[in-house]
Amino acid sequence: MKAGGSISIWFFVGISLLVNGLLILGAGVYELFHPPQAPVVLFHLHASIWWGGLLALLGAGYCIHFAPGKGRV
Amino acid sequence: MTAALAFLNVPRLVHLSAVDLVIIVFYFAMVLAIGFYLKERANTGEDFFMAGREMTAWIAGLSFLSANLGSLELMGWAGASYQYGILAAHWYWIGAIPAMLFLALVMMPFYYISKTHSVPGYLKLRFGESSRALSSICFAFMTVLMSGINMYSMALVLKIILGWNINVSIWVSSLTVAIYVSLGGLRSAIFNEVLQFILIWGGALLIPILGLVEAGGWSGLKARIAVNASAEYTHMWSTMGHFKDNPMGIHWTGIVFGLAAVISTGYWTTDFLVVQRVLAAKDLRAAKMAPIIGATFKMFVPFIVILPGLLGIALLPMKLMPEAQAVATGGHSYNEVLPLMLARYCGPGLLGLGITALIAGFMSGMAGNVSAFTTVWTYDIYRALIKKDASDRHYVSMGRWSTLGGVIISIGTAYLVIHFKSIMDYVQALFSFFIAPLFATVILGMLWKRASPAGGFWGLLAGTGSSVGMWAWVKLDPTALRYVALSPYARDMAENMYRALWSCLLCAFVTVAVSLATRPKPDAELTGLVYGLTAIPHEEHVSIFHRPAFWAAVVGVVFVALNIIFW
Repeated sequence: MKAGGSISIWFFVGISLLVNGLLILGAGVYELFHPPQAPVVLFHLHASIWWGGLLALLGAGYCIHFAPGKGRV
Repeated sequence: MTAALAFLNVPRLVHLSAVDLVIIVFYFAMVLAIGFYLKERANTGEDFFMAGREMTAWIAGLSFLSANLGSLELMGWAGASYQYGILAAHWYWIGAIPAMLFLALVMMPFYYISKTHSVPGYLKLRFGESSRALSSICFAFMTVLMSGINMYSMALVLKIILGWNINVSIWVSSLTVAIYVSLGGLRSAIFNEVLQFILIWGGALLIPILGLVEAGGWSGLKARIAVNASAEYTHMWSTMGHFKDNPMGIHWTGIVFGLAAVISTGYWTTDFLVVQRVLAAKDLRAAKMAPIIGATFKMFVPFIVILPGLLGIALLPMKLMPEAQAVATGGHSYNEVLPLMLARYCGPGLLGLGITALIAGFMSGMAGNVSAFTTVWTYDIYRALIKKDASDRHYVSMGRWSTLGGVIISIGTAYLVIHFKSIMDYVQALFSFFIAPLFATVILGMLWKRASPAGGFWGLLAGTGSSVGMWAWVKLDPTALRYVALSPYARDMAENMYRALWSCLLCAFVTVAVSLATRPKPDAELTGLVYGLTAIPHEEHVSIFHRPAFWAAVVGVVFVALNIIFW
């Protein structure tokens, strides 16, 4: 589905996931080197890093696949 | 500046870091950008109100589900699962899946082929102007009322969780919705709903994953719940033989005949808030596939809503309580279970995404209400009753202004609720007054060509009137519950189920009786509207994997399996 004739909704979804994923990944990496004084439960699993990374990868995939001008819907 | 500091210094459940705020601000920027981007594609009535009828099945299906997946839905049902256990999942499985499949396979062809722009619009074509007027006025009234009440509830939630000022939450969130819907119309609402749907899953999915890790898997979770509450909290059907045997105080007949057969089917097939998304599909096959795609995801929503509630029973160190008790004692209410679980596992960044998911849920629900209100107001009230022969451009302009008007009325309702909180006790009942009888009217109209215009109108009026009457009877004389809900032990939810069932049956009875005594419409006027007089395209030429019926069967099998697994 194209919006405005050129940009797919999935591209917007990709941008959103990519930016959020990178921000979460960055926050997770920061916490890895500067552990908080009151960590969340299961902090040792470092969910921010793998969840943020997963979102960023997914977002990057969507951005590339549905980039404006590639003709995909 | 002082106000901003005061705004940040209110007691709160969680504290946001800078990265969390960046994520939330980025979300608002994104939805507004989509609205501005789509403005150029909303110049005609078909574009503004029906999104050009060019949505793919996936987009229409995700939007169909997202419009229903408001934040109150997320938080309320997570709280309900803490209170009632896995019984709350009935509202996601038997209380949704059969109805969505029924819409896809049985009702969608009539809606789509008739090319109606709304459910009241279908009633106009099928029964005439009086039925449309009754249904559209009721719908418009209830939609803005619901929208305002949701707005107030969400602002209250943001105040409790984040300490945000109620006025700021109400105005910022609702004006954002008003801007992007009035700019891009239904297309903007749908595109944002898809984005919001993805964000809701991205923000909420981590809670059950980490919760199950902490609890030691499903078996560990069940063992902890058996200790902290009762083993019955993890069974869906085995405790429903009697009203007294389960925490919800409901009998299986109420769930099957009241919830599944009437309330849920009525909601998913005739509430224009959700049906509007499917009407925007690009062709009939996409329109039939959209509810099936929605049903597929709906089956798994309990993973991000019901499971966190159950995990709360098993893992939270404190006992949650009813709202009034929580306010009196300073404790936490059932409805706070989702944010409490969010705060338990989510550090900076993840917390921002989780809060964004809640805000996205609120905004998708509100945009659904507002865009549906705008269409019904413009086409079914303004054009039908006030100004019949204006240009398409005039109606688009009216659509934009009524979007703003709908939001402003909703804001007014939100402030009304602040001063008269008892309104909230009545609104769910108010909403159910109309939906259950409407289902009987629409389904008889679609499947029985003998149903006459007079039958449709008087049936709808009798059904709605009887529902209001039963509700008032129980309010005035609580002992009447034994007649309305078949048991003095029945609770509010059970009463809603049975009241819906009786009003639906009465509507059907009156519709049939009046129809048999009055003149039906000639067949020529019913072509494309009624079973037997509508040419439904055959699908023999497409492969089985492209047939909606095949995928509906797959969803049906998974649905049955889930109910057996969690019996």
